[in-house]
Amino acid sequence: MISIPIGHYFELLINWMTDNWSGFFNGVERLVDTLIDFFETVFSFPHPFVMVALLAALAWWATGWRKYGLALFTVIGFTLIIGMGLWSRTMQTLSLVLVSTLMALFIGIPVGIWAGRSVRVERVVRPILDFMQTMPAFVYLIPAVFFFSIGKVPGAVATVVFAMPPCVRLTTLGLRQVQHDVIEASDAFGCTPMQQLFKVQLPMALPNILAGVNQTIMLALSMVVIAALIGAGGLGGQVVRGIQQLRLGIGFESGIAIVILAMYLDRITHALGSWSARKQAG
Amino acid sequence: MAEKESVIEVRGLYKIFGPRVSTAKKLADEGVPRAEILKKTGCTPAVVNAEFSIERSETFVIMGLSGSGKSTLLRLLNRLIEPTYGEVLLDGEDIAHQGVAALREIRRRKFAMVFQHFGLLPHRNVLENVGFGLEIQGMPPKERTDKSMQAIEVVGLDGYANSRISELSGGMQQRVGLARALATDPEILLMDEAFSALDPLIRTQMQDELIELQARLHKTVIFITHDLDEALKLGDRIVIMKDGVIDQIDTPEGILTNPATDYVRTFVENVDRSKVLTAGSIMHKTNVVANHKDGPQQAVRAMEKNDHSSLFVVDHDRRFLGLVRIDDALAEAKKGGRSLEPILVRDVATVPVDANLKDMIPLARESKLPVPVLHDDGRFGGIVTRARLLTALSSETEESS
Repeated sequence: MISIPIGHYFELLINWMTDNWSGFFNGVERLVDTLIDFFETVFSFPHPFVMVALLAALAWWATGWRKYGLALFTVIGFTLIIGMGLWSRTMQTLSLVLVSTLMALFIGIPVGIWAGRSVRVERVVRPILDFMQTMPAFVYLIPAVFFFSIGKVPGAVATVVFAMPPCVRLTTLGLRQVQHDVIEASDAFGCTPMQQLFKVQLPMALPNILAGVNQTIMLALSMVVIAALIGAGGLGGQVVRGIQQLRLGIGFESGIAIVILAMYLDRITHALGSWSARKQAG
Repeated sequence: MAEKESVIEVRGLYKIFGPRVSTAKKLADEGVPRAEILKKTGCTPAVVNAEFSIERSETFVIMGLSGSGKSTLLRLLNRLIEPTYGEVLLDGEDIAHQGVAALREIRRRKFAMVFQHFGLLPHRNVLENVGFGLEIQGMPPKERTDKSMQAIEVVGLDGYANSRISELSGGMQQRVGLARALATDPEILLMDEAFSALDPLIRTQMQDELIELQARLHKTVIFITHDLDEALKLGDRIVIMKDGVIDQIDTPEGILTNPATDYVRTFVENVDRSKVLTAGSIMHKTNVVANHKDGPQQAVRAMEKNDHSSLFVVDHDRRFLGLVRIDDALAEAKKGGRSLEPILVRDVATVPVDANLKDMIPLARESKLPVPVLHDDGRFGGIVTRARLLTALSSETEESS
């Protein structure tokens, strides 16, 4: 029999990183913590009903003034959340999701662009993405706790790892889908690589990139309960409490709140995506 | 006519795709067929030993079926494809030796390209698409808009500046493509099957408009097509390519009357020759004419000698005056007349040298006499008999010499 204790080596690696890269991890921790706190403060600052009105206005703007279904849904849904007494937890979750998504996009879109412009890069990136997506999300929690201890930050970082792949993939796909003759035309007219990227490839890939943003947000939301296991709090924390104490009502209520938040974010980003696709199709 | 000046000179140009280019080149030079080269070396010779020069302001058509290497050849000219061997001299400088920045500058200023499937940007409106080349050059927005609007006007898209591309028909989209190319005021226009994706009516219309544009703008146009009719209509000179090899470079008439290879001949057989051949190319350059100073006696003798019943009369500059008939000349001679003047028939139908054969058919039907062909300045060029016209119209090309 042979024995390949890969887990052991992984442990050694993580321990080594924890010991030697602590400066880096501390920096990341402080940055992420500050960002999450900032959004939480901003979202919790206005009266909940003012905030609901703002969210509804955003929905109305995103879907176009003639459609008011999403705005109506927003008012009803978020009023229900307030009524269930979950408002501040919902805002915590929203902040966590928002910061995770922003970080995922901040890393994911440039990587997606790079892979979209170079077959060689894509060949390296693709298996990594497969790994990130198929590895059970719980597994990310352990090294995240090693690096950032318990709390919101390891939750956010694990969420970023889990939610980033679709954003990279769809950005790459969007760039690849730009017709060959358009690329050739931009070359024939003497575009620099940067001109080609910003004037041709990115605008034409925008509907795909926005679809990636939507997917990333959805995956980030699906991580909130898992992240709550390491103390990320928010609505996920309530669900975990419901499980631990076998309290059906609490679990159900916070589940409903997550669904409302998910639908809201999905419809808004979807509306933005189809708006940009419409702009291209005329 | 002005001195002919070559803008692009192509010397021994090869493009071979694949791993063993030098072996493939050797085989291609020996005339080994392409399929065999591919089997032996894994290489595809797309362009083999291309050699020609393109003159300023001419419309140079590269014609061949798909896979003939014509599109590759076009892209070698602005180095969208890197040549394997050979030179492309642009105003005497080899484009292969230009650095990245210099090449970009050449593409921005000297060339503009029009694509079969337009290659427009769907997220921009017509004005922004037309201004694309200028924007890439770094021209400030106001100037760019002015120039773009001019180009939009030139291609007849006035009023559509703010339209979305998807709102336009194929023909109009290609006008946008053409306007984008013209906006930068390039020296050389590369047109890659530019009208092939359009339906036949629009296509003919665009061809006519290109000819009209060309008459005003005098660009050097390099036009790729798989359609010989289009090539004959647009081209000042035509290159016919097959399997990467140039079979013939000639004027449309030269191609029709004197096909260099069997391949070209099979192509040419299906062409409506009446639209392409001109009176000048088939006329018989005869010296059997009377000078206006000749007397009737001389004219009769000339007619009898050549078995003619009539004779064309020219002045001392060979300018065409009219004709005399043999019976009139005999009568005048009997009367003792000394000049052809009294019996000269001036009302004779003539055609210019560049008249299409199609336009000559009604003339030939009406008159039993040969049709005189005149140069632009009124000089007598030759004659076209009915028999000659019929021969030229049939696709047998051997007879016309």
